[in-house]
Amino acid sequence: MVGNGNITVLRRSAPDGRNESESMPFVGIDNVSLTYGSDNSSVLALHNFSMQVAHGEFAAIVGPSGCGKSTFLKLASGLRRPTAGSIQVAGEQVLRPLKIGGMAFQNAALMPWRTCLENVMLPFEVCLPHRERRRIDRELHRERAVSLLASVGLADAVSRYPSQLSGGMQQRIALCRSLVHEPQLLLLDEPFSALDAFTREELWDVLQALHAQRGFTVVLVTHDLTEAVYLADSVHVLSARPGKVIHTQPVKISRPRTPRDRFAPTFADMVLLLREKIGSARNHIP
Amino acid sequence: MSMTRRLRSFVEPAATALLFFVVWELFCRVLSIPEFVLPTPSKTVLTLIKDWDLIWPNAQQTLITTLLGFCISVVFGMALGVLVGSSDFLNRCLSPLLVAFNSVPKVAVVPVLVLWFGIGTVPAVITAFVLSFFPITVNVAAGVAATDRELIDVLLSLGASRTDIVIKAGIPRSLPYFFASLKIAITLAFVGSVIAETVASNSGIGYLMLSASASFKIPLVFASLLFIGFLGVSMYAVTAFFETRLTSWNINSGDQTANFATGG
Repeated sequence: MVGNGNITVLRRSAPDGRNESESMPFVGIDNVSLTYGSDNSSVLALHNFSMQVAHGEFAAIVGPSGCGKSTFLKLASGLRRPTAGSIQVAGEQVLRPLKIGGMAFQNAALMPWRTCLENVMLPFEVCLPHRERRRIDRELHRERAVSLLASVGLADAVSRYPSQLSGGMQQRIALCRSLVHEPQLLLLDEPFSALDAFTREELWDVLQALHAQRGFTVVLVTHDLTEAVYLADSVHVLSARPGKVIHTQPVKISRPRTPRDRFAPTFADMVLLLREKIGSARNHIP
Repeated sequence: MSMTRRLRSFVEPAATALLFFVVWELFCRVLSIPEFVLPTPSKTVLTLIKDWDLIWPNAQQTLITTLLGFCISVVFGMALGVLVGSSDFLNRCLSPLLVAFNSVPKVAVVPVLVLWFGIGTVPAVITAFVLSFFPITVNVAAGVAATDRELIDVLLSLGASRTDIVIKAGIPRSLPYFFASLKIAITLAFVGSVIAETVASNSGIGYLMLSASASFKIPLVFASLLFIGFLGVSMYAVTAFFETRLTSWNINSGDQTANFATGG
């Protein structure tokens, strides 16, 4: 039910004009299962998990705690291999860690020994093809990092260390680091959940603006339904462990969305609907 | 750091040391303890000045063997620590061996070293090394292993290799642990070289103390001890200086570095 008809229509056209992305999903998860641990103490984290995300789509994944949301991101990014089933990103089987992806987590996970700018420049030092051109493109990379930091309101912080910044600012830097090498796929694991409400709402708009501007594909794992509905084009509800998608909710609120949209009745109805789906998911025995 | 705090960080320990010497002086004088049992600090300092020509060449010898052993420790301990900390496999394989090795009283090994390398500098350097590499290895391993799991995921998702992760994240992460361990290691290196000199050498502070006590020159023994203590504190201060210079980023992050002190 995802990735066909209505949702694809809802998408703006792919920004880099790739043709194959119109016909096939950018992220395709097909009947994936994952078992943790050894034989006698194994835990089935995901079972028959299928999901699709179109190119440039913003997908959110919500579900009861412990349902395998974060596990899913590890699979999609290739950090972990599924026990069964297949995962495709950009038309290729994911067999090793993705190189076209960026990741950010609840914990900013910055390098405290590096300045903000040096933290944001990290992908250029590690990620191919930038890595091979790092000496030649040094100035270009620097400019890109600085302008990205400026776009999230951190122009003054470039030469400061993470320990000198607030949690919200650190999270912005983590977001910049995950985007600076212009990945096609951004994977976010509850990146705003450790922040206070105002900072969180501010960063929603930062992320929304970056997404509108650059057109990358996003998979956001969250437990905040307002966040999911506000940011996403489609919200996928997972069941309790072993996790699988039990409901997909398209969000057809026009973009750009403003904080005012969060107080519209349709918005509240959608959050309530998802809340009820999660309520049933917690009791759902597959 | 404000000026008053910097001043206090110097004045307070100096005052404590001074108090210690005053109490020692009074203790000896009030109980009129004979010089060949426990000399007063004033007598010790006087002996240090009087016998400087005897103490200084031996102290130089000890300082050189200590620093040589310490340098080998830093290179070897760091390398082994990075290996053990970055690989679960090596950690499993090497941990029991390392602990067993560290449990061996090093003074018992010195005669064997003498058998292999003869009397003199080499056994002292090796003893200093053997005694001081363990805390460096254990701390560096703990530091590398403390690398943020999510940071590793970020690096992996960028296509980083294992070596990349160790170089970009593991080694910088371990630096505060490394410098904390250096402060322990340098003092242990002194212990190691003096032990070896006491057992088998014909120069160095350990040798001087042994021959002085054999001829009941107890003030000379204490003067040597005092000078070794002074050298230890100086070297400690040097490593502490490098620690604050090179890992200043760690001060505000509230990170507690572990200190695994070991004895010899």
